[in-house]
Parts: sequence; structure tokens; C-alpha cells
Amino acid sequence: MTADPRGVLTGVHFLDGDHAACEGALAAGCRFVAGYPITPSTEVVERFAARIPLVGGVFIQMEDELAASIAILGAAWGGQKTMTVTSGPGLSLMMEHLGFAAITETPCVFIDVQRGGPSTGLPTLPAQADMMQVKWGSHGDYQVIALCPSSPQECFDLTIRAFNLAETWRTPVFVMMDEVVGHMTEKVVIPEASAIEVVERRWTSKGPGEYRPYEPGPGGIPEMVRAGDGYRIHITGLTHDERGYPAMNPQHQDRLVRRLNDKIRKAGEALVDVREDQCEGAEVLVVTYGITSRVASAAIRMAREKGIRVGHARLVIAWPFPRDRIRALASGVRGVVVPELNLGQMVQEVERSVPSGVPVLPVDHAGGTVHDPEVILQRILEAAR
Amino acid sequence: MAANGTSRKARGTVFVRPELCKGCDYCIEFCPTDCLEFSPNFNAKGYHYPVLARPEDCTGCGLCGLYCPDFAIFGMRFEEIEAMRERIRVQAQNEGGTPK
Amino acid sequence: MSQTTPLEDPNLPIQPPLDNPVMSFLRQERMPHIWCPGCGIGTTVNCFTRALTDAGVGLDRLAIVSGIGCTGRVAGYLNLDSFHTTHGRAIPFATGLKLARPELQVVVYSGDGDLFAIGGNHFLHAARRNQDLMVVCVNNFTYGMTGGQLAPTTPEGASQTTAPFGNFESPMSLPYVAEAAGAVFVARWTVYHVRHLTRTFKEAFQRKGFRFIEILAPCPTLFLRRNRLGDGVDGVRVYKERSVIRDGADTRTIGLGMDGEIVVGTFVDRPRPTWMEAMDSYYGKVFGDRYRPVGG
Repeated sequence: MTADPRGVLTGVHFLDGDHAACEGALAAGCRFVAGYPITPSTEVVERFAARIPLVGGVFIQMEDELAASIAILGAAWGGQKTMTVTSGPGLSLMMEHLGFAAITETPCVFIDVQRGGPSTGLPTLPAQADMMQVKWGSHGDYQVIALCPSSPQECFDLTIRAFNLAETWRTPVFVMMDEVVGHMTEKVVIPEASAIEVVERRWTSKGPGEYRPYEPGPGGIPEMVRAGDGYRIHITGLTHDERGYPAMNPQHQDRLVRRLNDKIRKAGEALVDVREDQCEGAEVLVVTYGITSRVASAAIRMAREKGIRVGHARLVIAWPFPRDRIRALASGVRGVVVPELNLGQMVQEVERSVPSGVPVLPVDHAGGTVHDPEVILQRILEAAR
Repeated sequence: MAANGTSRKARGTVFVRPELCKGCDYCIEFCPTDCLEFSPNFNAKGYHYPVLARPEDCTGCGLCGLYCPDFAIFGMRFEEIEAMRERIRVQAQNEGGTPK
Repeated sequence: MSQTTPLEDPNLPIQPPLDNPVMSFLRQERMPHIWCPGCGIGTTVNCFTRALTDAGVGLDRLAIVSGIGCTGRVAGYLNLDSFHTTHGRAIPFATGLKLARPELQVVVYSGDGDLFAIGGNHFLHAARRNQDLMVVCVNNFTYGMTGGQLAPTTPEGASQTTAPFGNFESPMSLPYVAEAAGAVFVARWTVYHVRHLTRTFKEAFQRKGFRFIEILAPCPTLFLRRNRLGDGVDGVRVYKERSVIRDGADTRTIGLGMDGEIVVGTFVDRPRPTWMEAMDSYYGKVFGDRYRPVGG
């Protein structure tokens, strides 16, 4: 189905990534946001607070990120599409509720506008150092879906996509922005509502007697309900059976946790989005995501001008990591270059994925600014030798 | 014999599910007419459960039921029970068959 | 010694559905519950469910949210839309649930540690904002589920596993905190006061805004036994002996200790606009007809 026009600011705009992400949420049908101020993400919720009274919904600034991250889950079970927005220190506080969202299979969106860390770090400067945290930060075995925009336009588009993925997979979904993408201002085209594809919640057609909140449907994904419709559901963070009742034993643990993980891990092509440029017959493969893609593009252009055949694989969906695709793209190259604004996070996934014998050259960066394209270029030249 | 020494005709009774009882003594302790006592018998878990030792003193007030943390006992007034039975008799007559 | 009256009247072919009135509110397939012999939590459930009937609350629109702990297990046993959330965070979950679907009646049912230690910040702000939630706090002065640790309500001098030589901290007075934070309805009872508690629940259902009800209940296995205070029934007898009903009492004066009065009653009853009413009213003024309330 298509977007509700009330939330769609159709037109050609000049927006920064934070503002564009807010518009993406509204276009996707998000009508409940609980947030907490944290640089460089605050503008997302500031705009939402200003827009929502005329669209219809709720913005509430909660007392901390712990509250914000669970208020959205309550709102999801009240039937709304919901989102919270944060940066590194806030994401750390939200970890418990990421796990709670995962095990309760609550559709919701978290936006992380990454900044320098660890701890208070560099509030106003970029990094991409939360990439592993978003996957492994909560305790236990669970999967996440994480999208990486590299422009304000993508902040708009991928936020809509995040909501759609959350509803399709009944899982929390992350939009991993960074301070540069969040604060850079570019042209953002917002189409007519009728041109925006929106996925509705998988409301069950079963009645209260038959519906089971954790009975897997196709793809291992259960159907959804909301409180107040007579279903008398029970939702718990304890390991549970299909009725949602606590079932704390190894058999149920195996059944539940495997299904939760397989739901995403075995999704295959449906959760692969790698944007490929001249990867066929490449000598060097450059794997990037987020703002670093833009910087790497400059380095890649310079390398191609020197006659090197460089392929560019840009991860739009970083989690689940597209191992098979990267493996295929890396076959036959002399080297894989992975520039990131961190000391080596997604490069570890690349290393695990490439065929053995293919060298992987990280271009790490402690954060605070984007790479100098020259540095990436040098690594590409090194890989090509 | 009631606590103040008078004897009275029962106005209600209690229903016990002995298997749920955990012998906590709330109902016996707080019954206003002191008509409950622990049975000499015990349930499968080994707990003594309450019995209506002085049924003539039971008023059907239902306090035992409000206190019981294990939902093992509840009280009703005879007039409430009779009203329920009357409704069922009437329903059976109206339907001319066995009610659910 | 008489037996209990049998359920059956031999003159009636079909027996009336005589069952404990609480049973229709429970997920019977999950009985028996996990609470210890003499634990008072089950008693509070009787009073709560009786009040649901007395107040005519629509059960399909009622949602229960609890945190982690023995009292937190209440949500799992009630046959209502129920949410067993994370430790300390039942109130913000309930806030989101209520604001997303305002026609719901949302009750938070949790323990003293969950609501006031880890959850303290959330309690303060939900009360301040007058979120339309009923918050039921079963106070047993301990962290029961994890084995009897010190809680913010543990009286001075009591022994707990993390205060093995006795508690030297000062406990928090919950109604005082609730009133100071902005709650519009504040009451305290004990599980001895089953009729009063039932009536207070009913009154709370008939009101809106942030309503707080503290219920003292014994934890026989951990708090009472460790402090040599007997069984659950002894704990409740102590409530009976030490409590005094003072509606409207000054919440600054009703702290609890190992001795002394247990002041119970309704202390605060002062309606004011809920968060959502305030938002709608304010934005209605700012935006006039252009304002879109939730669901509007």
C-alpha cells in the first residue's frame, strides 16, 4: 500500500540528513516517537515534535534513553509505527531494550547518528564505530537489520525502508547514520504519497481463540496484533512458547532463539542490498558504507584514472552482512579495501567472507572527520600491486 | 459457637480446592466468625487445608476468598447460590432442554 | 469436624458454575503460581480483580504492564493484554502503550524495587507529567525474586542478603515521593485491609491521571524469615496490629520502620489534566482547527 499523504511533505527540499530522516519516518506512517536529546541526532526529534501536531500522533521527550527505547515498544504494541533516535552513548543505554524488542519481535526503528567514541567522545564529529555494537551490543543471540544511508536523500528513503523492513520481519531495524550525513544539507526529493510504498503491519486474520503471538508464519515470522482488541495476549522478555507464556527450559530456548535468528539469517536475497559499481572484472574491490562511500568514490575515481580496474561495493544493508555477495565480488580480485571511520569493524565481516588467499586491506580511522581520499587511494594502489 | 458465644444459623458457606492450598493460615486467622480450621488431612504437597469447622457460623462474607493468596478458597452467601441456581432453573425451563 | 459444603446440589441436573470469582480473570492453564506460601501478592490480585468487577472495567480495553520481580509475575497470570517488560521500565512501556492507543486503560503492577530503585526516574517523570496510568506497587521491603536483597524501602535495621549485618540506609517513603512527584491519587493499604484495598482500586478506576497505590505485603521466605518475624500470617497480623487509617494524612509523616505506626488510607486525591489532555488543550490553542490529536 502507499503512504498516508498527511505525513508526506511532497516536493523538492534542501534538507540535512537528520531532517530528511524525520520526513522519512512521517512518510512511512510513524506516528509515535519517544526520544531524548543527544548530539548529533537531536534535530530528528526536534523536527518530529514540530511536525506531529499537524499530522496526528505523539512526540514525547522521555527522561532518558532507557525510557525512550521501551516507550516505543509499548507504542508498537498499542498499534503504532514507532521510532527512537540517538547516538553512541544513548545507543549503549538502549541495549537492553534492543534485546527485548528482538525477543518479543516488536516492529520498531532505531536511528543511530554515529559520533566519535567511546563514551562522551566527540559529540559533534563523525564516526562509524557503532557498527558492531548494533549487532552484538545486547546480550544473547539475536539478529538485527541495519541500513546505512550515505546522503540526506538516502536518509529519507532508507528510513522508509527501515519501517517497511520492521513490519515485514517483525523485528527492530536500525538506520546507521553518522554526524556528517546527518548534518550535511543536500537536495531531497519527496515524491507524492501515492508513489511511496509502505508496508502495513502483518495484522492477523485469526480470532482471539486461535491467534498465537509467536506462532511462526511464512519465513518464521509471526503475525501481529495490538492491545485492546480482545486478544488477551501475553508478551514477555522471558524465553517463551508460541502462546507467549514463559517456557524456561533448553527445548524452548533452542526453538525460540533459533527461529528468531534464522528469521533474519536465512532471509537470503530479501535482505541483501549491495550497490555495485564496475565490480565485474575488477582488480581491486572497495567495500564501503555510509558517508565513507562518498569519500571512497573520489579515491576510486582517481584510481580508475590511473588505469586500475576498481569495483565499488556499497553496503546499503550492512546487517545481516551479505557474506555470499561479498564472497562472490571478491573472487578473482587482487585485494579488497575496506575504509571505515573506526579501527576495523565491518572489515572483520569482509575478512570472514572473502575467499581464502584474497588480501583484505583496512583503511581505519579513529573518527572525528572523514578520510582523506588520498589515503584510500594509496591503499587501493597497494591492493592493486 | 461464634466467637462471642452465640450460635447462629449459617447464611453462607465456603468452597475449597484443597490441592491449591499452601497452608498459609490467612483465611483461618482473618475469618470474622472464626468458623474455619485446618483439616487434619493434607494435600499432595503436604499442606493442611482449611475446612468449615463451624458451618453454622459462616456468613458467606467471602473474606476468606479475598485473603487467599492461592485462590484456593472462596465463600458465598446461600442467597447468592440460590439466585444462581434459580437462573439456571429458569433458563432450563425456557429452553426446554438441558442448559449449558 | 464438618467438611466443606460440597459444590453439588443433588436436585439439580446441571450445577451452577460456582468457581472462585478470581478464576475468570486468571490464565488457569498457568496455575498454580510461583508465589510462596504466605506471600501476599495473590491477595492483592483478589482485591484487584474484585474491583474490576465492581467498577465495571471493560476487560478487552484493559492492559497490565509489569516489570521484573515476584510482583512482576502478576501480568503473566492475568487473562488480560499483559506485558512482562524489563526491570524498572514498566512505566515507560505503559506510557508508550497508553499514548499510542488512548482508549486503553493501562495499569502498571510491580514491586518496590522495580518501581523505585531501577525504575525511580521513570516513576518521577510519569507522575510529574500526570500520565494516565494506575501504578500498583506491592511493597514487601525486599527484592524477593533474587533472594532477599536490600530494597529502597527496607526499614532501618532489617537484615537482607546485601545488608548482612543490618540495614543502615534510610528507606524511601513511597506515598511521599508519589505526592511530591505530582501523582493525583495516592493511597496505601496492607494485605490485611482487603475490603479497603478493593474499594480504593475501584475508586482509582473511576479516576484518571497518575494514580499510585502502595500495598504492603509480606515476603515470608526472605524478609520475614531472615528477620525472624514468623510466617506470612504473622506478617499480616502485624499489619493489623500496627496500622492506623488516616485518610488525608501528611505524606511527609508516614514513613515506615520495623516498629511504629503503619499509616494507611487515601492521602492524595487532586485531579488535574493528564499529559494527553494538556497536550490536546495546548495544541488546540496554538493550532486551532489544524491540530490533529492522536487518531485524529
